[in-house]
Amino acid sequence: MGEKILLANIDIPGIRGFDVYRANGGYAAVEKALLEMTAAQVSAEINRSGLRGRGGAGFPTGLKWSFLDRKSDKPRYLVCNADESEPGTFKDRYLMHHLPHLLIEGLIISSFTLGVNTCYIYIRGEFKYLVGILENAIREARQHGFLGEHILGTDFSLNIYVHPGAGAYICGEETALLESLEGKRGNPRIKPPFPAFKGLYGCPTVVNNVETLATVGPIVNMGGDVYAKIGRGKSTGTKLISACGNINNPGVYEIEMGLPVEDFIYSPEYCGGIARDKYLKAVIPGGSSVPILPADLILNTAKGEKRLMTYESLAEGDFESGTMLGSGGFIVYDEDACIVRNTWNLTRFYHHESCGQCSPCREGTGWMEKVLYRIEHGQGRMSDIDLLVRVAKNIEGNTICPLGDAAAWPVASAIRHFRHEFEEHVLHPAAVLEKERSLIKFF
Amino acid sequence: MLKVTIDNISIEVEEGTTILNAARKIGGKVVPPAMCYYSKLKGSGGKCRTCLVKVAQSCTKDTRPMSKLVASCSTPVQDGMVVQNLTSPEVIEARKGIVEFLLLNHPLDCPVCDQAGECDLQDLSFGYGMEETATDDERREYPMTDIGENIKLHMNRCILCYRCVYAADQLTDKRLHGVLYRGDVSEISTFINQSVTNEFSGNIIDVCPVGALTDKTFRFKSRVWFLNPMNAHRECTRCSGKVAAWMFGNEIFRITGRKDQFGEVEEFICNECRFEKKDINDWVIDGPRHIKRQSVISANHYEETKKQSLIDPIEGKMHEQK
Amino acid sequence: MKHSNIINHPQFTREGRPVAFSPNILNKVQSLMNRYPEGGQKSALLPVLHIAQEELGGYLSVDVMDYVAALLGIQPIEVYEVATFYSMFYLDKMGKYVIEVCRTGPCAISGGEQILAHLQDVLEIQPGETTPDGVFTLKEVECLGSCGTGPVMQVNTEYYEKLTPGKVDRLLEELREYANKNKPGDSTWVKKFC
Ligand SMILES: Cc1cc2nc3c(=O)[nH]c(=O)nc-3n(C[C@H](O)[C@H](O)[C@H](O)COP(=O)(O)O)c2cc1C
Ligand code: SF4
Ligand code: SF4
Ligand code: FES
Ligand code: FES
Repeated sequence: MGEKILLANIDIPGIRGFDVYRANGGYAAVEKALLEMTAAQVSAEINRSGLRGRGGAGFPTGLKWSFLDRKSDKPRYLVCNADESEPGTFKDRYLMHHLPHLLIEGLIISSFTLGVNTCYIYIRGEFKYLVGILENAIREARQHGFLGEHILGTDFSLNIYVHPGAGAYICGEETALLESLEGKRGNPRIKPPFPAFKGLYGCPTVVNNVETLATVGPIVNMGGDVYAKIGRGKSTGTKLISACGNINNPGVYEIEMGLPVEDFIYSPEYCGGIARDKYLKAVIPGGSSVPILPADLILNTAKGEKRLMTYESLAEGDFESGTMLGSGGFIVYDEDACIVRNTWNLTRFYHHESCGQCSPCREGTGWMEKVLYRIEHGQGRMSDIDLLVRVAKNIEGNTICPLGDAAAWPVASAIRHFRHEFEEHVLHPAAVLEKERSLIKFF
Repeated sequence: MLKVTIDNISIEVEEGTTILNAARKIGGKVVPPAMCYYSKLKGSGGKCRTCLVKVAQSCTKDTRPMSKLVASCSTPVQDGMVVQNLTSPEVIEARKGIVEFLLLNHPLDCPVCDQAGECDLQDLSFGYGMEETATDDERREYPMTDIGENIKLHMNRCILCYRCVYAADQLTDKRLHGVLYRGDVSEISTFINQSVTNEFSGNIIDVCPVGALTDKTFRFKSRVWFLNPMNAHRECTRCSGKVAAWMFGNEIFRITGRKDQFGEVEEFICNECRFEKKDINDWVIDGPRHIKRQSVISANHYEETKKQSLIDPIEGKMHEQK
Repeated sequence: MKHSNIINHPQFTREGRPVAFSPNILNKVQSLMNRYPEGGQKSALLPVLHIAQEELGGYLSVDVMDYVAALLGIQPIEVYEVATFYSMFYLDKMGKYVIEVCRTGPCAISGGEQILAHLQDVLEIQPGETTPDGVFTLKEVECLGSCGTGPVMQVNTEYYEKLTPGKVDRLLEELREYANKNKPGDSTWVKKFC
């Protein structure tokens, strides 16, 4: 039974409201940080905790904060990335839906630490119903003196605003998000300059994921050292994993990092095994952008060690035989799932979501989708498979933002591990078409 | 001053200089091709990815190479940086890939394109092009849209470099066109039927690296290589009046800005000079222009390229690029 | 999905019909603009476009966009650029209920493709089309961030999860009834259903 840090109180009725949240230890972290600690001390705790960004890249949060340009006399901003659009990922939504105050608390402490007086929560437009929940939580926090001017009688003032997006996955990329927040198209910016120097309105800005920021409060409460003891190695603490696909219990789980992947999939406490007693075929463990792995490689590394739910263990073997923890969107495929169709589907996603700014991604995603479409629909050629590998390689690393990589990796990894399925589609299109008319027969 | 070495040639540049501009200071073959960067347009660059280079050493303190290729037009130089352009096989490979992407949906209608002979994409594909394009799929096609009496837009040829958008933003009083939609169905458009005729808007023609924006007032369509570019000037209250007049005999076929060796105009010109002054008596002709185009096809022998055109006018297709 | 190489974005026209928010909404817009610092009022564009779409006819006509541009003090083209970028902004008249079915991988492996096919069958329209009575528009969208409860669709702002064809039928019936009770053109949102 892993330790629960974020979701410990989630089952308490009414925890969404301020009073119940407060009665269960809520906002104690804000009081501790603002009244008993200096900003530098909070920073130090975050550094010690080893907290890494939960938005996908896993970049150490303390280090990111240390980059923020404090010499500039411009205002500084904190932006909470609640765009959550990566296929397979739905943890931030869950967190904001049930525990909005946990996020607000994290935002207050983080803003205090970073010297920020205005904070925006950029939330994907489709989550309109969450805007109400968040704004309500903000109102409650303000009423109780945790937001606004002179919070808890200190010199620190903070306003938090919720800003809705309008349907664009790319706005999860931090610089596209800032563009969008400025009322523009979600075109990622060319870096450098980085947001820490020139972010929102050209001012120093930190962008963090919802889960990252929500973890800040508990870390202040328990102390960075205690947090760092949870988990394994450089993957400290707990992580929210949103599990979906062909499993018995899809949902959001808080796991202690280091849990064996096998336990996560088969334990009744988590995914509860593969649905309808099928066999496990493949897993995409970190949101659709990370490489897919076949069953044997997701359960054990190529070296034969048990694979664990940590940044390091999942990446073991690099792209040859490994993958990434990413955002924790854990997608499970059973024996019936068609890898070719799935790859086409995901490539269509990236094609649809490319902002179109840079040539490799704009043209490459569409090209890959076209080729995958024809393989899936029985008009593929053998040479198409290598063509896909080549196009993916030409996109990877050559684009403005990582969406290009995110589009290339699923294709490259699917062919790397399931080449035979692609060949099967080319060689026996009729048989394949007969077998499956969709990703899975369900009803 | 910062010291940077590009393809084994060292040079000192001021802080804030990009790799591309450092390379342009050296000149010649070390200059990476740039399809979207335009030194006179703020914010341009970073998009086409043709200028990717390898940074073999980040700076004096950090001697490690950068893990990815970087866009030379938007990466500032650091002291002691070592850059590889043509000396890196990785760069050549990547650039080939980029050219392939740019040509993937390009109509290859060079034989009928006004830009033929002075098109950056044509130059680029000649230099890095693949023997054959890997796709035999149908190319993306946009219907023709009208953006006014002076400027013609061929969206099929556009490579979405955004230069025309920056130009309209920075040179005209009010931008009327922009990039609409997203991904590979993005298009340059005014969205509603309206003419782009505001003052200085003609410059979007000059900044367009391909034949997507062309001059509708270009009289008697003619291949540019039959025309003689002449430096010409007139008294103009709006702009410097210094232009390139493209002539055949005593007739002026079209007026453009004067482009330098990197394909950028020296000075932006006004719409009156560009579109309305087509009579030789409007101008004082200063003499023929000697342009050293930086382009791969015509590197330093522009005059010749004019005669033996890239395109076979009868066959109407590109010469085999063996 | 068919692959067409012809990109045919519709042409729009400026009709010059006067549009305006009610004073109440104008206040709301003003307070939205106050959330952003001096000079950053363009930031309010996305939130204001959401309001405009909701209040001024269910889609963003050229006139509505021009109005928003004037409110925020920006050029109309800046609004067109943004409105065409984001998938939640509609440029054409939509049905009263816009049914947006998630088509992305995780939903697809839990039956999303069948849900879409079922909707096409019962509504007798293709994605992107509106029923002749103007009640339903069917749209395919990408991941709605609800993959654990797939198949998922969103009707206007409401999420409907763990769908089955039976559930879809019941919902459509309910929505039709609801649509009949209300005058056409009014923009009451769907009530919570499942
Ligand atoms: C295409 C793309 C989409 C992204 N989407 C999200 C997202 O939806 N939510 C998120 O938190 N981070 C997303 N990211 C990562 C962000 O760019 C950024 O790294 C993150 O918000 C930083 O927060 P963290 O350090 O707390 O993880 C995305 C990145 C890319 C390249
Ligand atoms: S990689 Fe794709 S999404 Fe990212 S900037 Fe380039 S075109 Fe846009
Ligand atoms: S029309 Fe020309 S200048 Fe404008 S984006 Fe396209 S290629 Fe660039
Ligand atoms: S010129 Fe550098 S990316 Fe286009
Ligand atoms: S895939 Fe349908 S909601 Fe994520």
